[in-house]
Amino acid sequence: MLVSLNWLKNYVDIDGISPEELAEKVTKSGIEVDNVEYIAQQSNNVVIGYVETCEKHPNADKLNLCQVNVGEETLQIICGAPNIRAGQKVAVAKPGAVLPGNFKIKKAKLRGVESNGMICSLQELGFNEKHIPKEFTEGIYVFPEDAPIGESVDTLLNANDAVLEFDLTPNRADALSMLGVAYEVGALLDKSINLPSEEVNVSSEKAADYISVKVEDESLNPYYGAFVIKDVEIKSSPLWMQNYLLAAGIRPINNVVDITNYVLLEYGQPLHAFDYDRLGSKEIVVRSAKQDEKIVTLDDVERTLTPENLLITNGKDPIALAGVMGGADSEVTGETKNILLEAAFFNSISIRKTVKATGLRSEASTRYEKGIDPNRVKRAGLRACHLLEQYAGGKVLDGVVEFDKLDRTEKTVEINTNTINSRLGTEISTDEIAKILDRLSFNYEREGESFTVFAPTRRQDITIFEDMLEEVARIYGYDNLPFTLPTGASTAGGLTKRQSLRRSVKNYLEGVGLMETRTYSLTSDTFIKKLVSPEILTLNPEPISLAMPMSEEHKYLRLSVLPELLKTVSYNLARNQSNISLYEIGSIFITDEKELTKQPDEQLRLSGVLTGKWLEHLWQQESKKVDFYVVKGIVEGLFEHLELPLTVKQTKLADMHPGRTAAILLNGKEIGFIGQLHPALEKEMDLKETYVFDINMEAVLDTHNHVPSYTQIPRYPSVTRDIAFILVNEVNAGDVKTTIEEVGAPLVKQVQVFDLYKGENLPEGKKSVAYSLLYQDPEKTLVDEEVESSYQKVIEAVNEKHGAYVRA
Amino acid sequence: MQEELKAIQQEALVKVEEVNDLKELQAIKVAYLGKKGSLTQVLRGMGKLTPEERPVIGEVANQVREAITSAIDTKNTILENAALEEKLQKEAIDVTLPGRPVKVGGPHLLTKVIEEIEDLFIGMGYEVREGPEVETDYFNFEALNLPKDHPARDMQDSFYITNELLLRTHTSPVQARTMQEYNGEKGFKMICPGRVYRRDTDDATHSHQFTQIEGLYVDKDVKMSDLKGVLNVFAKKMFGEDRKIRLRPSFFPFTEPSVEMDISCKVCDGHGCSVCKGTGWIEILGAGMVHPNVLEMGGYDPKVYSGFAFGMGPERIAMLKYGVNDIRQFYLNDQRFLKQFHQA
Repeated sequence: MLVSLNWLKNYVDIDGISPEELAEKVTKSGIEVDNVEYIAQQSNNVVIGYVETCEKHPNADKLNLCQVNVGEETLQIICGAPNIRAGQKVAVAKPGAVLPGNFKIKKAKLRGVESNGMICSLQELGFNEKHIPKEFTEGIYVFPEDAPIGESVDTLLNANDAVLEFDLTPNRADALSMLGVAYEVGALLDKSINLPSEEVNVSSEKAADYISVKVEDESLNPYYGAFVIKDVEIKSSPLWMQNYLLAAGIRPINNVVDITNYVLLEYGQPLHAFDYDRLGSKEIVVRSAKQDEKIVTLDDVERTLTPENLLITNGKDPIALAGVMGGADSEVTGETKNILLEAAFFNSISIRKTVKATGLRSEASTRYEKGIDPNRVKRAGLRACHLLEQYAGGKVLDGVVEFDKLDRTEKTVEINTNTINSRLGTEISTDEIAKILDRLSFNYEREGESFTVFAPTRRQDITIFEDMLEEVARIYGYDNLPFTLPTGASTAGGLTKRQSLRRSVKNYLEGVGLMETRTYSLTSDTFIKKLVSPEILTLNPEPISLAMPMSEEHKYLRLSVLPELLKTVSYNLARNQSNISLYEIGSIFITDEKELTKQPDEQLRLSGVLTGKWLEHLWQQESKKVDFYVVKGIVEGLFEHLELPLTVKQTKLADMHPGRTAAILLNGKEIGFIGQLHPALEKEMDLKETYVFDINMEAVLDTHNHVPSYTQIPRYPSVTRDIAFILVNEVNAGDVKTTIEEVGAPLVKQVQVFDLYKGENLPEGKKSVAYSLLYQDPEKTLVDEEVESSYQKVIEAVNEKHGAYVRA
Repeated sequence: MQEELKAIQQEALVKVEEVNDLKELQAIKVAYLGKKGSLTQVLRGMGKLTPEERPVIGEVANQVREAITSAIDTKNTILENAALEEKLQKEAIDVTLPGRPVKVGGPHLLTKVIEEIEDLFIGMGYEVREGPEVETDYFNFEALNLPKDHPARDMQDSFYITNELLLRTHTSPVQARTMQEYNGEKGFKMICPGRVYRRDTDDATHSHQFTQIEGLYVDKDVKMSDLKGVLNVFAKKMFGEDRKIRLRPSFFPFTEPSVEMDISCKVCDGHGCSVCKGTGWIEILGAGMVHPNVLEMGGYDPKVYSGFAFGMGPERIAMLKYGVNDIRQFYLNDQRFLKQFHQA
C-alpha cells in the first residue's frame, strides 16, 4: 500500500511530523514502512506559463519559438518538445531556476535566437516516470485550462508529497485504505479522524425504476448495491485526484474510472462502473458461472470459466467477473452517458479461487481476498456518487437498489486490566487502557476494571482476547514492556544421548581431517538412483518426487547423500581445489510406496568423499594419494571411537569400482559401504580417483551403548611374536587374521598386519602377509612353552584353513 | 717407598690434568690403578716392609689411590659433559623448517551457529527436539492455526508431494508434535533446529532449502515480558553485550501477539548506515505469545497455560555475524569457504 501523505492529511492531522518520523512510528507499531519516497524536490522559479504564440524557429526545423506569459512578464522561450502548442498552460523554469541534477537555467541564445527560460517536462522537474500521466511521458506537461498563470507548479503537481510504502502483514487488511491508515495514524498520534463527505443531491427519479438486483447465492455475495447516475460527462478527473492516484501507483484514465479507483483506495471498497446503456437489460443477476461459460474481460482477453467463478450478469450474459474484473461489453467509454455503479461484498474464498484460476490479481480482488469492511460497502458507493456529482456532472438517482443479507455486527471481546497486565507483565492502569481504546476509536463499555470492546468491522482481524491484548500492547508500546525472565519450574534441558553422540562423531571426523558440508536434499533424475547403499536397495525404495518441482535439478528426495556430495567435489575441482575430504550427516527418504500415503522413513546417513592427496609432498614427507585404506582407516577409527565392532566384506555395487568396494557390517547386518567410484562415473562427473563411504547413522546411534568402565591394567608382561604367511593372492588377509584371533584366544590379545609383500622370491600368484601377535595372560607371567604351543596351533590352523605356510 | 708413591701420585695427577679424551683417561686409569698399573706394582713391594712401616705406607698408598681416583672421576665427568655437549651441538636442527602438518577438518558454518544457539538455550534449560522433514499438512499448517483455506499457505510457497504431505516449510511442526507428546500435562522448554524448504528461486538472498531454529516455552503464567527478557539474553549472548533489542508488532498465524525482533546495528551502533538501510536496526527473528488455538490443538488449556515461541534463520544470523553476502555459499561447499570458519 502506497500512502500519499498529502492525501492522508485530508483525514488526520499530521502536521509537525516528518515523513521519516511518521514511518518510524508506524513501523514500530506493527506496519513496516519499507520506503519513504518524495514525488519531486521543491522547484523555485518554476511557474505556470501560458503559451501565447508558438512558431517555428527560423533556423531550426525541430525547435519552436514561443512567447510565454508567466504572469508579471512574457518570456521568449525556445522549446523542442513535440507536443508544444499555442494556448497551452505549461511548466516554465525561469532564468535562475535550478532543476534536479543541479541544472541551472540561464538566458541563452539558441541558433541565434534568444531563449529566456525553459518549458519543462515532468522528468526534467525530477518526477519519476510512474508519477507522470501516460500522455505526458513523451513531452512537456500540459496543465488544465484553469491553472493559475504565474503560480508555482509545486502545489498543482503535488511535488512536495512524500509517499510511504507500507508492507502489510496479512492481518492488517484495514490498512489497505486511506481511511484505515488514518485510523492507525490517528491512534499513534492521538488525533481524531475527519471523514469525507458522502452527501448527494436527491433526484426525483428513482434508481429502482432503472434496475433490479437478484443474487442467487447469498453466501457468495451477501450484499450487492446498485446506484444509477445519469448524464455524466466523461473527461479528465481533477488534477488533485490524478496526483493522488499517481502517488498511489494508479494511472488516471477518466473522471469516472478515476473516481471508482479513488474511492477504492480511500475506503478500501472495490467499486465498478458499468455503462448503463450497454448493460443489455435492466437487471443485475449475480450467479456462478456455468462450466465453460465465456467472458471477454476489460483487458480484451476471452476467459473460459467454471462454476467456481462468480459472475455479474444482465440476466442472460456475463457482464463482469465478480470482484476481479469487468467485462469489455459494458465498459465505460468516452461516449458513456449513464452509469450503473456497483458496490458489493463478495466472499473472499470465492474471489481467491477466481484469481487463482484466471491469474488476474487487481487492486479490487486483493481487497476482497483479504476481507473488506461490511460497514463501508454502501458508504463507498455513496462517496463515489458524491464525487461523480461533483466532478462528472452526474445526476444521482434516488435510492440504492440492493440485495442485503450482510452481517454488519461488531465482534465483542472481553478484556480486563488484570488479565491484560498478567499476560503482558505490565502495570497498565484501567484508565490508560480506556485511553488506548479511545485512541484506536474502538467503542466499549467499561465496568470497573472490565471492558466489553466492540471491535470495529474495519478491523476484521480482531476476534479474541489475544487480539485485543496485542492492540493494547502495541499502542502502549512494545518498548515499554519490561524485561523479565520466566519464573516457572526450572528444567534440566540438554541434548539427548543420540544428539551428543552425533556431535561426538562430528568432532571425530573433523579431528581426522574431514570438513563438514551441507548439500541439498532434493536431487535430479540423473542422481536419484545413484550410489544407493545395498541395504537400502533391498527395501525396494521408490523415488519420491515433488508434485510441482521448480527445476529438474531439485525434483526428488534423495536416496543417497553421496551424489550431491560428489557435485560439491566437482565444483571444488573446477576451482583448483584438488585435495578434498568432505562429509555430511543428512537424511535420505525411503518408501516402497509408488504413491505416497504416509510419511517416508527418514534415515540419517553419514557420508564422506575423499580425493586427491591425503599427504602433501613436503620436505619431510613423501606425498600420498587418498586410497581405499585411508578411507577405511577413518571408518575403522570411527567405530573404535564408538566402541562398535566393524566388519567389512568385499561387495559389488553399481557405479562403484568392482574390485575396490566393501560392504560395512555391524553385528552381521549391512549398514553401508566404502570404496572407490567406478572410473566411468568419475569420468561422467569430471572427477579424479575418488573414494567414498556411506553409513546408516541411525544404526550406529542405535547400537552404541558403550559406557566406559575401568579394567585392571595388566600387571604381567606381554610377549610379541611375528609370523609371515605365504598365501595365494585370493585369500583375504582379514580372514587369516580372524583365524589367528579365534585359534589364539584367549592368550592372543591383538593381531596386527605389519607387512604385505608380493614379487621377487615369491611364486607367481602368491603373497606374503606378516602378522604381529601380542600374547598376554592377565593372571600370571607367560612361560615360553605356553606361547610356543599357542603359536604352533595358529600355524597349523592357518595352514589347514587357508593353505598357508610360514615364510622362512 | 713413600717417595715413590708420592712421585706416582704427582705423575698421575699431571697426566690426568693434561688428558682431553675419555679413552686416554681410561688408559691412565688402567696405567696407574689397573692390575698391572704402576701403583699396584709398587704396592706389591709392601711385603718387603717391616710390620711397623706397613700401616704407615699403607695409609699413604690409600691416600695416593684416592687422590688419583678422585682426579680421574672429576676429569671423567668434565670430559663426559664436554662430549655430550659436542654431541648435542652436532644434533642441532633448523627450527624454522615447518612442522609435520596435522590434517584437520572442521564444522560447517551453519552447524557452528546452530550449535552455539543450541548451547545457549540448553543453558537456559531448553531441550533440543527434532522432527521429520517430510511433514503432514496437519502438523505443518493446521495444528499451527493455518486451516486449509488460509491465504498464508499458498501451494506456490511450499513443496507438496501429495495433497497431505509436503516438505516442511518451517520447524514449527516439531513444536506441535512436542505439545501433543506432553499432552497438556506439564510445562516445557524446547528448541528445534532443522532443515526446511520453500518454493524460492535460489539467489543471493533466497534458498529453496535452508535451516531454522524455533523455540517454544509453555507453562502457567508465561508473560510477554518473559519473551522480551529471554530474547534480550539471547541477543546479547549471540551478538554482543552492547547490542540493544527492539520488538515490533507483527503477524504470524500461530502467535498472538506476534513480534519481530530487531537488534541495534553493530556497524553504526544504531545511528543508521547502509547495512541497516539507515534505520539503525537489523531484523533478527520473529516471535510471539502462542496462539490459544495452537495451545488447544496441542492439548493445553489456554486458560491455564500460556507460552511464547520464537523462530530464527541460522543462515541470516551467520550472514550478519560473519559478513557472508550470498546465501548460496552455505550450500555450494567451496572448501575455501568452509575453511574460513574452522578456526576456534
